[in-house]
Formats: sequence, structure tokens, C-alpha cells
Amino acid sequence: MINFNKFYKLFNLISLSLVVASVLLLFFKGLNFGVDFKGGTLIELRSTDKNINVTSLRQSFNKMNLGDFNVKKFGNENDFLIKIEKKDTSANVIDVIKKDLTTFLGGSFNFRRVESVGPKVSSELLKSGIIAIALSLTAMLFYIWIRFEWQFSLGAILALFHDVIITLGLFSLFSLEINLSIVAAVLTIVGYSMNDTVVIYDRVRENLRKFSDIKIYELTNISINETLSRTIITSATTLLALVSIYLFGGEILKGFSLAMIMGVVFGTYSSIYIANPILVKLRVSQKTILKEDTE
Amino acid sequence: MLYFSKLRITLVSLVSLFFIFIAVSNFQNSKDSFISKKINLGLDLQGGSYLLLEIDNGPVEIQKLQNTTTVVRNFLKDKKIIFNDLRIENKKIIFNVSNDNVQLVETFFLDKEGDINPYYNQYKSHQFDVEIQNNEFSLTLSKYGLIEIKTSSQDQALEIVRRRVDEVGTNEPNILKRGNNRILVELPGLDDPMRIKSLLGKTANLTFRFVTQNSNDTFGTEMLKFEDGTSEAMVSKRIILNGENLLDAQPQMNNQTNETVVSFTLDRVGAKRFGKATSTGIGKQLAIVLDGKIVSAPIIRDTIASGNGQISGNFTFQSATDLALLLRSGALPAPLNIIEERTVGPDLGQDSINAGVIALMIGFLLVIIFMFFKYKIFGLIANITLLINLFFLVGILTLFEATLTLPGIAGIILTVGMAVDANVLIFERIKEECKKEKNNIIAFDTGYVKSKTAIIDANITTLIAAIILFFMGSGPVKGFSVTLAVGIFTTLFSVYFIARMLTGLYVERNKEKTKLI
Repeated sequence: MINFNKFYKLFNLISLSLVVASVLLLFFKGLNFGVDFKGGTLIELRSTDKNINVTSLRQSFNKMNLGDFNVKKFGNENDFLIKIEKKDTSANVIDVIKKDLTTFLGGSFNFRRVESVGPKVSSELLKSGIIAIALSLTAMLFYIWIRFEWQFSLGAILALFHDVIITLGLFSLFSLEINLSIVAAVLTIVGYSMNDTVVIYDRVRENLRKFSDIKIYELTNISINETLSRTIITSATTLLALVSIYLFGGEILKGFSLAMIMGVVFGTYSSIYIANPILVKLRVSQKTILKEDTE
Repeated sequence: MLYFSKLRITLVSLVSLFFIFIAVSNFQNSKDSFISKKINLGLDLQGGSYLLLEIDNGPVEIQKLQNTTTVVRNFLKDKKIIFNDLRIENKKIIFNVSNDNVQLVETFFLDKEGDINPYYNQYKSHQFDVEIQNNEFSLTLSKYGLIEIKTSSQDQALEIVRRRVDEVGTNEPNILKRGNNRILVELPGLDDPMRIKSLLGKTANLTFRFVTQNSNDTFGTEMLKFEDGTSEAMVSKRIILNGENLLDAQPQMNNQTNETVVSFTLDRVGAKRFGKATSTGIGKQLAIVLDGKIVSAPIIRDTIASGNGQISGNFTFQSATDLALLLRSGALPAPLNIIEERTVGPDLGQDSINAGVIALMIGFLLVIIFMFFKYKIFGLIANITLLINLFFLVGILTLFEATLTLPGIAGIILTVGMAVDANVLIFERIKEECKKEKNNIIAFDTGYVKSKTAIIDANITTLIAAIILFFMGSGPVKGFSVTLAVGIFTTLFSVYFIARMLTGLYVERNKEKTKLI
């Protein structure tokens, strides 16, 4: 048996500082929003001409007077991703760019993907993304409240906040792009982390019924240990699947799978070190559970 | 508890075979297979264009107000009410009447049966909100008045958009309403939406009007630019013909001038008017105005009574074809703006499919190897379940003809990773029970019973996330929520029906074994 409870204080401190650091990062550095949420145009371009590189593309785009833009390599040697911040997409910007590029560099490239999002749509997408995450957190809060007691519900939600905030904090730290699929990833993290917490909580509740003489501090530790191999195996298989998406699923899914990988790691950690210490703090005892049963 | 009836075994096997069959039929030629249903590939996988158009209803509202002004003017004249200052200002109709007439005018606007309130009985709302200050009336379109305008212009625009897209002849376009002022156009297989975009970006409001030198024309005049943008002409506001009078329009080569033109045919009313205008207006210039710009302004040399005519301009064959197409399909009620565009080329789509399939295979392999090493026989059972689960998942997506997107494939891979969870929970529980309980069959049963609540709760939380994602997400992300949600159900089914049966059969044969798992 591993004494997880010995380190409750230490890891709570670490988690707290990570959350604070993440909040500070989000507040001061902010997130690197992609075209979906900031508006603008994204072009994924493949060149057949070896001489075309980031520098030559940058020069060509400079001549087009499109305002702020960003050219970078995208996976493959000949693939490039160009992001143009220009918000006004009403005109046929893409056609103009295509023509101009042909003039500057010859016709040896193809536009593999074009995404152009107007300012109105991007702010709506951002809004609905935030609502979706808030809604899922609230739904989880109520679900756990109904299935367990409010102490459990609070612990699970704090664990979720912890996972979501630290994942976003890391995205901010490394300036990784936030797009629609990241929102999907965050929601899945919410689901996964909850899933993990629920399994341990279910065992805590069972043990609370069984043992009236064991303190919650010990009891959480027993429950964590009893479910530990399941926690490890499920995290492992999920991570195997995610790593496989990250490595082989193509460039488009990289951000998504990376967010999920972080989320699974933090989700597993938080179900042990956030969700359980909170039960201890809230002095959950057999009474808490029995009250539920007699009702 | 360990008894599985023959009927149950047969049913479960039949269901499994059915889904395996359906899932496999996806990979066969649809003509040979028994079931013609297939998973649809999303635009991000098959390539194509997604366009979100927003209708700019401003001009329609102004038009509505202008029409209403005429109605109001006629009414007031009819009742011999003296009025002042009838005008449109900030989307309001404003006018003054003398004090003793205020009551009468107000009844006109509040009359539930009157023409001014065409849908009072339907919505219980007036078309206009009327505000009276002293003797000044100010009319604004009511909430329902605005909704009515929006929905009707959306209906019309949808129809016109559909005609234009159909005329271009793309493969199975998807044209849908979004909200009350947007239209979504999905064009599978189209990797360069340039032409469609330019076709949808034009209102195609065509009018024939005389060019005039006299700025005191009774109908009013306006200065309009020529299409090339260099010159201007003064044009009367009197409309002789508009696009609605057109029966047909086709691009044509004019043999004499060797120029591409658009020839058109008018309906009877149009032909009559055109004949009259060309007979009285010989020697005058007739401007052909498209969306506020003069395409050309030929001088009328002869009376044209046949109802056939030609529009010349500096057309290439392509631009003449497009103009003819626009004229045939009719004018949009209001301008459309493209507010979101996503286009994926077919080669990227194929690359994404390949990458997705490889990731799925590798993910699946890693998971089954891991499970086998961890649980041996039980791992094998979990793996068989996982494989059948995959067939279920693909089979259900096929039956519902769901749309598979790249994030959707990620959802399937994730399901592979998470689906073993239920089995792991059960196996771990059985293992625990075996420590206390000598009887393997009892340990097996309690294992299943005791792990149930955790499994249900854990899956419902994921399901909640997937449902929220389905309603809040858009496009490709929606595909992810679908596979994730369907994956939860197939997982639970395969774990409780297939894995349980297989585990049960194994446990029964190894009742006496000391270390079961």
C-alpha cells in the first residue's frame, strides 16, 4: 500500500502554485487564439518547388500588404501554414492571394486548406466555446451532487477546474494555438477527469459504509490504493491511444491530442491529489453518507 | 447467475454478426452490397468547401419602410388628412398630422384586420411600433415585423442560392438555414470555391432604365458608374424592366461583332413593356443596370417587340456565362456576405484519412498488446470485446449514415483507449473479490455487481461532455461528439453482453483454478 495521504499537503501546495501560475499566465500572457476565435485567414500551402521556403513566402506576403501575418512550416518539408490577421474577409482575399503568389513565385504550389473566419463568427465561436465548457462543468457539478453528496461534488469540480486551468496555462506558456478542436479536447478532459474521480469516489463511498471506525484521511488512502491499478491501466491505454493520434494522426490533430494528453495526466493526478484531500478538508464521515441513505 | 441461455448466446452472436456485416459493407462497392448505407465523410476528409453566408437585411428593411411610406401617403390622401414632413430617418417613418386627426391615424395603424398588420392574427403583434409625440408619428418595425422580414428574405435567399449552386452543377451540395439570417452552404468535393463565391456574392438585381440628361425627371435620377468604373451616367429611377421579367438568359457569340453577349427572353408582360419603351424611346440610351452599376447603355435603334434582346458589355465567355446564370436564377432579396469559409483540398482530405487510419491501427495494436500482457486470458477477452465494439461503433455510424470527420476518427481512437476501462474495472474487482472469496463463480458475480455503479457514473460523465459538445460544437467537432457518444453505448453493450458472456464461460470452465485472474 502506498501512502498517498502523506503527500496531500505537499501536492496541494504544488497544485495551488501551478494553478496560480497558470492564472497569471492566462491573465498576462493570454492565449494564442487561432483563426477560429480571433478571425482572419489561414492557408495551408504545399509547394512543389524546392526553392520556396519560409523566407521567400514571407517576402511575397509582405508585398501584398495584408497587414499582420505569420508564415511557418507545417509538418512536412514542403508544407507551410500562413495566418493572416486581417479581419475583413468580405472581399475575395484568397483569390487575390492566389493570383499574387502565382506572380511572385510561379504556380508551383497548391492550397490544401483555407479557413477564413469573419470577426462576428469568431466572437460567436469563442462565446459558445466558453459557454460549452462552463455548461459541462455545471452539469458535472449537479450530476455528482445528485449521485453523491455536495462534498464530493465540490471536490470533483475543484479537480476539474485544476485540470482545465493548468492545461490552458501550459497552452499559454508554450504559445500553443487554441482552436475549435482544443475546446473539444478540454470538454473531453472534463469528461475523462470526472470519470477518474468518480471511480475513486465510488470506492470511498463504499468504504465509508463499510468502516465506521476509519478516519477519512485513512479511508481515502485505502480507496485510492484499491482502485490504483485500474487508474493506472486506464490512463495507460488512453494515453497509448492519444500518443498514437499525436504521432500518426497528422498535423491537424496534434494540438487536440496534446491537450488531451496533458488533460489525462492532470486528470489522473487530480483525482488522487485534489479530489480526495478535499473530502478530508470537508470532514466527510460515515454520517455524510448515511444521511444520504436514509433520505 | 452464470447460466447463459442458448437464446441469449444466439441473439448476442447474431447482433454482433449483423454489425460486423454492416461495418464491413462500408468498404465494399455499394452496388454489390446488401445494405446501401454508408458513413458519410465530412468535408475535412473528402475535401470540399463550407461557406457561411449572412444576409444583410438593411436594404430590405429600408425597402419595406419605403413601401410603407407609399401606403401611408395613399391612406392619408384618401382620408383627406393633411400631413407634413413624411420621411424616413434612422429606420423610422416620421410624419406630422394636425391634432384632431391623431386619433384617426392611430386607429389605422392599430387595426388588427387592416393591410398594415398582415399577420396580426398569426403572431398577435402589429407590424409597426407606433410612437406618438404631440402630433408627430414615428413608426419602427416591431420585433415580429423584423422577424417576418428576416425569415422571408432568408427563405427567398435560400431558394436563389440553391438555384445558383445547382446551376454550377456541384456534387450533392448541402444548403441549410442557420438562425434567421444565415445560410450554410456545404459543397463536397469542391476544392476551389472561387466561382461559387463570386456567384453568391452578387445580388444580381437587374434593371433596364433610360439614361437621361434631365435631372428634373419626375421619378428622380441618380448618377451611376459603369462596370469598368471609369465613366458615369445619369439614369432615371423609373424602372422599365427588371430581372423578374426574364424567362431565360444564355451566353452567346454575336457573329457580326465577334463579341460575347448575353441574350435574354422576356415574359409577356416584360415583352410588352420592352416593346413600348423601345418604340417611344428610339434614339435614347437604355441603361442595363446590375447591382447599381451600368453594364452597358446601348442606343435604341429599333422597336423590339419580340421580347428577345441582348446585353453586351466587355464579357469574356466565362463572365457572360456567369451573368446569364445569375439572371436565370433570379435576384437575391438582399446582399449576402461570406462570414466564414473553410475549404479543404481533396489531397489533404485523403492524407487525413490515411493518417487517421494509421493512428487508429497503431493505437488499437498498442492497447491490445498492453491488455494482453496485463491480463493474459482476460486481456484476450477484453481485446475481442474491443474489436467487436469497434464493429458496433462503425456499424451504428453506418446505419445512421453519420458524418465522419477527422476529429470523429480521433473520437474512435479515444474510444479504443477508454473502452477497456469498463472491463478493467470489472477485472480488478473480480481480482479483489478472489482474495476474499474461494468460490470463483461468486467472486465473478460480485465483481460485476460491485463495479456497476462506478462504470455507469464514469460513462455518464463522459456522455454529458459529449452531449454538450454536440449541441455547442460546429462542423468537424460535432463529428467527434457523435463518435464519442455512440462509443459509450457500444462500449457498455459490448462489455455487459459480450465480455460478460465470454468471461462467464471461462470462469465456469475454471471453477477450481486457484489463481483465476
